Amino acid sequence: MSTAGAPLPSLDLQDERLLQGKGRRDIPRLILERVRVGELGALPVVLGLVVIGIVFGSLNSVFLHSENLVNLLLECVPTGVIALGVVCVLLLGQIDLSVGSVSGLSAAVTAVFFVNKGIPAGAAALLAIAIGLAIGFLYSFVFVRLGVPSFVITLAGLLAFQGVQLWLLGKKGAVNLPFDSALVKFAQLDFVPKTLSYVFVVLAAGGLFVTGYLRARQRRSAELSAASVQALLVRSLVLLVILGLAVFYLNQDRGVGWMFVFFIGLVLVMNYVFMRTRFGRSMFAVGGNVEAARRAGISVRRVYTAAFVLCTGLAAVGGVLSAARLAAANQQSGGGDVNLNAIAAAVIGGTSLFGGRGSALSALLGILVIQSISNGLTLLDLDSSYRFMITGAVLLLAVAVDSVARRSRASSGLA
Amino acid sequence: MAVATKTDGRDGTAVLSLRGVTKTFGAVAALTDVELDVAGGQVVALVGDNGAGKSTLVKVLAGVHTPDAGTILFEGREVSIPNPSAAQHLGVATVYQDLALCENLNVVENIFLGHELAPQRLDEVAMEVRSWELLKELSAKIPTVRIPVASLSGGQRQTVAIARSLLGDPKLIILDEPTAALGVAQTAQVLNLIERLRERGHAVIMVSHNMSDVQAVADQVCVLRLGRNNGVFKMSDVSTEDIVAAITGADENAHSRRAAKSAAKDARSATDKEAEVS
Repeated sequence: MSTAGAPLPSLDLQDERLLQGKGRRDIPRLILERVRVGELGALPVVLGLVVIGIVFGSLNSVFLHSENLVNLLLECVPTGVIALGVVCVLLLGQIDLSVGSVSGLSAAVTAVFFVNKGIPAGAAALLAIAIGLAIGFLYSFVFVRLGVPSFVITLAGLLAFQGVQLWLLGKKGAVNLPFDSALVKFAQLDFVPKTLSYVFVVLAAGGLFVTGYLRARQRRSAELSAASVQALLVRSLVLLVILGLAVFYLNQDRGVGWMFVFFIGLVLVMNYVFMRTRFGRSMFAVGGNVEAARRAGISVRRVYTAAFVLCTGLAAVGGVLSAARLAAANQQSGGGDVNLNAIAAAVIGGTSLFGGRGSALSALLGILVIQSISNGLTLLDLDSSYRFMITGAVLLLAVAVDSVARRSRASSGLA
Repeated sequence: MAVATKTDGRDGTAVLSLRGVTKTFGAVAALTDVELDVAGGQVVALVGDNGAGKSTLVKVLAGVHTPDAGTILFEGREVSIPNPSAAQHLGVATVYQDLALCENLNVVENIFLGHELAPQRLDEVAMEVRSWELLKELSAKIPTVRIPVASLSGGQRQTVAIARSLLGDPKLIILDEPTAALGVAQTAQVLNLIERLRERGHAVIMVSHNMSDVQAVADQVCVLRLGRNNGVFKMSDVSTEDIVAAITGADENAHSRRAAKSAAKDARSATDKEAEVS
């Protein structure tokens, strides 16, 4: 084991076949190499967002205005939360086509029980979310016990829960939420105080550095390779600068909405669940190879149940938020393009439709793309017919990029 | 226990002993009065034609099927294996032919799948270190443990599957057709692995169709035919031909009949034929 003179490489870097960067100069080469073999990560989406910014910014000066961006971020949240739930079922290789209807039903429940029945807004929202969770249990029961494909179950749910929504809303077909209710304020008027928003930025960058540093120290003490302190510092500084500039720009107007912070929080929590818990690991395993997961002792039924419940639960949360954002629930709540936007957001963000690949971050990135396009087209005064066509084309493009990347991963043996 | 005394007189203490194990599926007797002994540090090859009952026997040991009759002695105690987790609990690890790996997960994730350390806050470092330890013990040729299993070769995957089976430090490891889908070099690699398992003192049952693999690593060959024992041979004093004869049923086999006749006449010509057959 002793190598004369040269320090022993880390435990995980001892194989001579490993191609590794030896210094800073190798970093661009390594990045290029990753792109070539199809490990694109979030790169295409970020590039897409930049292109969208340039195109719509040049077509309409309002698009990049901080006021518009503040609204855009808030608009992202309801569908973004729903997309986060969609990621859960997509990871397992399943689909939920009823997230729109469930969110619509949840909006209707919140509004009807809050306004018409007079129970507190928070209680009404909790009731709506509880109904969402119950729907997930129902789906998973039918899926796990009866073996009906999730596609069919949720297609039935799509229709059925839209029916319940219409029935709840009654003849009038719409319920308005009072503007002074906490729910509506949260979605429309509550913004993070400017100083606090910068504190958040520093906390985010600092948190990234500290967790990275602790992990690197732990790895080094176990004689594994680890990121250098400089690399960690650079990463955190980049995040600090980007977030700082973004928040500064948003603060020129009203700033960052609390609802958006709530969404980011949810994304971070789900990211932790996916990446750092046994449950998250078992979701990827079930999405990759159900039989292998079962033989490894994972309770596959429980994983399916949890995923469906998470999905419909988050869809219900999204519904409550959309009612709050709109200050109303009506027959169109959760209808139209909500369903497809949520699924498209997850896919555009990089979650595979075939299971086993994806991340919580994809919901955030995907919904930013979808909402930017929709917002930009609205500003251009284009008809919703164009909006549908363009969103459809973008969805196809995103999936095509994913498929091409998958193929190059396969040809370089990484699929 | 009367049955337990049967294992006496063998070299080494038997980790696993089967006595009179019988399993029927409806009208079909898949296993009838099967006996099998494996000691620690011993490789027993389980051979037989298609439908001989090898898979059923493996499934009985893995807890997938429960036998209708007979006793299973594990380290001298009579045990029942009602389900797969009971088998794991006893210390029986099974590596199935299809390996059951998740292609989208990396090596560490696959090795620890279902047994992750610190479920609420996965201890990636400890898992990675342990994975390297296991792979090093097997002298495995895997460049990095942080790539998806999809990018590994067949032999490397087999290594990962075997490393995973070692995680709970099992007494008995059952390998179902470990070399079936592998090339020459990879087969050699897996056979090395099996030798290493023996050196570590594990009892190994290897199901195989490949006689040269069996001859390369097995200490003992247990032949099943139509769900019954058809001979247990010490590898040192048996030829491939004898094993093939036992697998196919000697009476119905032209090759073995001729070989037997010639052997009686002239030992020299028999060895020539043996070369021909193999």
